[in-house]
Amino acid sequence: MSESAILFKNVSRHFGEVKAVDDVTLEIRDGEFFSMLGPSGSGKTTCLRMIAGFERPSAGQIFLYGQDVSNLPPYERSVNTVFQDYALFPHMTIEENIAYGLMIKGVSKEDRIKQVGEMLELVRLPGYGGRKPSQLSGGQRQRVALARALINHPKVLLLDEPLGALDLKLRQQMQVELKNIQREVGITFIFVTHDQEEALTMSDRIAVFNEGNVEQIGTPADIYEHPQSSFVAGFVGVSNLLSGEVAKRITGVEDKFSIRPEKIHFAKADGRAGADSYQASGNIRDVIYLGLYTRYLVELDGGGDLVVVEQNLKSTSMDVMQAKGQPVQLFWKKEHISRLGG
Amino acid sequence: MLNRISTYLYLRPKLVLALLLLPPLIWFLVVYIGSLITLLINSFFSLDSFTGQIVREFTLKTYAKLFDPSNMMIFARTTVMAALVTFTCALLAFPLSYYMARFASPRMKTLLYMAVTLPLWSSYVVRVYSWKLILAQEGIISWLANLLHIDGLLNWYLSLPVVGGPSLSISYTGVFLVFVYIWLPYMVIPIQTALERVPKSLIEASSDLGAQPSQTFRSVILPLAFPGVIAGSIFTFSLTLGDFIVPQLFGNSAYTIGRAVLSFQGTSNNIPLAAAFTMGPILIMIVYLLIARKLGAFDAL
Repeated sequence: MSESAILFKNVSRHFGEVKAVDDVTLEIRDGEFFSMLGPSGSGKTTCLRMIAGFERPSAGQIFLYGQDVSNLPPYERSVNTVFQDYALFPHMTIEENIAYGLMIKGVSKEDRIKQVGEMLELVRLPGYGGRKPSQLSGGQRQRVALARALINHPKVLLLDEPLGALDLKLRQQMQVELKNIQREVGITFIFVTHDQEEALTMSDRIAVFNEGNVEQIGTPADIYEHPQSSFVAGFVGVSNLLSGEVAKRITGVEDKFSIRPEKIHFAKADGRAGADSYQASGNIRDVIYLGLYTRYLVELDGGGDLVVVEQNLKSTSMDVMQAKGQPVQLFWKKEHISRLGG
Repeated sequence: MLNRISTYLYLRPKLVLALLLLPPLIWFLVVYIGSLITLLINSFFSLDSFTGQIVREFTLKTYAKLFDPSNMMIFARTTVMAALVTFTCALLAFPLSYYMARFASPRMKTLLYMAVTLPLWSSYVVRVYSWKLILAQEGIISWLANLLHIDGLLNWYLSLPVVGGPSLSISYTGVFLVFVYIWLPYMVIPIQTALERVPKSLIEASSDLGAQPSQTFRSVILPLAFPGVIAGSIFTFSLTLGDFIVPQLFGNSAYTIGRAVLSFQGTSNNIPLAAAFTMGPILIMIVYLLIARKLGAFDAL
């Protein structure tokens, strides 16, 4: 069991009537890449800002490697932040920006120049030290912001939707790069994002936030395959939700269930599911061809809809379009269904 | 018809641009540049002291007159006054602007904005004269000094050389106070605008990187607000350099640039010398802006 980097004990943050964060308890382990995932207004950024020290909890305690930091100002915590808008100082050069933390600490000039050089190397921007932030592209500024934070060797690095302003290609490239840098420096990263794909790609563990509460904490596979609430099932990836009559007819239990569209398979018309599978029959109402895969909307015979996706391994767009209106049998493994409860 | 004009103009963006820019360009060229050139030309003429006629021939004689000790004193006096007024305005305006930009509630901000700009709604002359009442021998300040039994202190201050005088309303101190009062809004607004434009995340980033509030102020806030201070100081400095009403009403007989220009072109009809004199503040402003640039005032623009 590794030491905990960050510990939230019943932390709340209220802004007047609004409960931005409501009684959150969570633990972030030393050295892990931890994502806080949720829609805007779910409290994830407020949690991050409380770790940084920009907000103080209304109730509860926050521990940084065992030390209660709940009421410490930001400049007395060894955590650093990469801001959503990068927050580079426009009147300073890149070198001065990166060296800012060292300058504050009173590190000598030669030492500063040496360390800035190493950092520029790490974020792959050697030779850019003399420029101003306005002369850099979004992706480059992003790296400078990262270097400026990492040069202080923080115990925990906080990243507040740092990739939000980048275009898709650059974002995917930065995701890989961030993960590599994290492995290289071995610091605990806490990454706030509303992009579930980003969270799934990079994280060791994810906390899914909703309305000021943590809905679920787990590994990406855990969160994706075993969502514990209908919110998580709907927010992370696409899910079919079964409930009431339909759920009872298929599973025999009247409860809420979720099943991922890619786990459902088509069977031959006379196919029979084994004991380890559920089965349903219906008609294909709609077919959406998406290149890599095709999405089918199936109307179940006893009412209710299911979305099914299938990769276009052998079929062409002409083939899949033929399926519209056809009766189908669907089956899926019992272990792939998640019982949500509540 | 209207439709056809719209279509005609839509297809000719350059024509639209020309039509839009023509009036301000004409205004700028004729009124601004034109009058400056007229001034420049006039400053190279001279006055025949015998006939009192303007000799329209190129000469540097008039400029040479500027270097008379009495005229140099006028420049020095006005520049020192302008510098003091500017410095004091900046000192007073900064905390107020800082409060307005960073801490005041929207309601409070509107209120303060009103309070700062409200004096500009009334006439300059009325405001200046109201200070006559405040500073006069039987005015509010001496009344207050009597009330607090510090009239001795006031009299002692008035007996001092340079800053003193027969009363506050006829002294450099009076001129200074009135200048600071009337130009203060021109300093508050640019500084406030500059501070408003400093994103909150920059201040958070600085403290995140270990800087205490005082260090953040010195390393981040002040450098970024500096262009605002410079913009404000251009107003207060040049307005003080050229003003002739306040020194006339509150000053002693010693001239300032504004009063000198007024008297040369009005009383003694020495238009060339008046023109040469106005070149003074322009030159001083250019030097001032060069110094400001050297200090990095425009780096963050």
